[in-house]
Amino acid sequence: MRLQLDPSSCDGFGFCMGLLGELVAGDEWGFPIIKEANVPAELESYARQAVKACPRKALQLVPERACAGGRPT
Amino acid sequence: MTILDVRPSTTRLLYGLAGAGADLTTHLAAHGPLPVPSQLSPRWQEAVLYEVESSGLTGRGGAGFPAYRKMRAARRSGPGAVLLVNAMEGEPASGKDDYLLSFAPHLVLDGAELVAMAVGAARVVICVPAERRAQIAGLQRALGQRLSLPYERPNCEVKALPGHYVGGEESALIAAVAGKASVPQFRPDKSVGLRLGRQPALVHNAETLAHVALIWRHGAHWFRQVGAPEAPGTSLVTISGAVRHPGILEVATGLPLHDIIAAARPVPDVQAVLVGGYGGTWVSARNLSAPFGPQGLKAVGAAMGAGVLFVLPSASCGLSETERIARYLAGESAGQCGPCLFGLPAIADDLALVARGQPQPKDLERLRARCGLVAGRGACGHPDGVARLVKSALAVFDADVAYHMQHGPCPGSRLPATARVPSRASRKVKAA
Repeated sequence: MRLQLDPSSCDGFGFCMGLLGELVAGDEWGFPIIKEANVPAELESYARQAVKACPRKALQLVPERACAGGRPT
Repeated sequence: MTILDVRPSTTRLLYGLAGAGADLTTHLAAHGPLPVPSQLSPRWQEAVLYEVESSGLTGRGGAGFPAYRKMRAARRSGPGAVLLVNAMEGEPASGKDDYLLSFAPHLVLDGAELVAMAVGAARVVICVPAERRAQIAGLQRALGQRLSLPYERPNCEVKALPGHYVGGEESALIAAVAGKASVPQFRPDKSVGLRLGRQPALVHNAETLAHVALIWRHGAHWFRQVGAPEAPGTSLVTISGAVRHPGILEVATGLPLHDIIAAARPVPDVQAVLVGGYGGTWVSARNLSAPFGPQGLKAVGAAMGAGVLFVLPSASCGLSETERIARYLAGESAGQCGPCLFGLPAIADDLALVARGQPQPKDLERLRARCGLVAGRGACGHPDGVARLVKSALAVFDADVAYHMQHGPCPGSRLPATARVPSRASRKVKAA
């Protein structure tokens, strides 16, 4: 699974950084930076908690993309 | 803006212009009728798409994406698509779409109707900034004249939308047409087609569509006779800044930058040129032999963007000019994404310190780090554009950076600004 952040929904509550510090860091304004989008199996349950905790539903777990998507259609 | 009718102009889009408000008769006299059958067939539609594909036409709105791919995707997505003609031109230093729609509206409308017919779209929405009232009236007049055309045309309407910097971004445009706030939408997978409500949506820049109108008249081979192989044909550029004759020029792509700028009679001592747009890249005077095309510009870190060429004289301080532009762009953030909303003003503040103070190495370090921090973290490419602009300024004006660090602001930073930014207060369009 892969982490996906919608920056336009994120309001910087920061739960994801607290719950999933291994993969998500914070910038100087308190907004999350996805350090590593691919979630290793051993962190998946933490990732699910972080997704669940997000008050804005800005963080999602999505399946790995079959192929790297190109530019817009 | 005036039209520059001098070498190295290659007149195609701007051929036969007889002043503002060109009517249909003048247009048909210059370009001839648009070949459209009385009955559309899938074969004819395929022929149009094939011709555009063979022409190698790339989008002239900024991203430079192959035009036919969007058209194919729209055709595949089935009937009922809507074509949005993007003439928002939120870039303050660009005037080409405005010029084209004012002086050659029928060429853009030819292209729009043709593409709509080729992809099976029943509706065309021409999107223009609300403040361009004369242009809106002119377009409505032109649409009235087109009722006399001998083929069945798709429904065309003109839509006046809020004209701010990110308003022309595809997803923001679609949101605005749908009656929502004109702000970019988060699109995790860009290969998923755009939609306006339930309808598949196709967005093309106004100039791109005008090229399609000529490609269908004269053929892909004709189109490719001039220009850089990777982005053939001509392109409209808007030249401004330290030039005696600012204006619009149509050039074959691939011409060296200095030949293009020469047409606008620049000052003898050009320091650098901002290429693409305000969210573009500074190119130093010693690199102006770079060809104006995707590959030629890539070699100097730049891109064609919306065809903006802003000329900076040697007396000006490039850092101060960039700070003004960065400040303006920071104010144009849609305010949706934290890294853009907070990061861009922070970058502008850092740059102000570099431009108007006596910066320490740590100040520059922080500025560079912040540029790296905002890029790629917005729903749209707005923060990336600002980061690109500022990083190119630090590289191209490195001598100024060194001077400022040692002595404080250079004499040029006290001169009046060359770069023009809209004076209106920045708009906050985020829905509450």
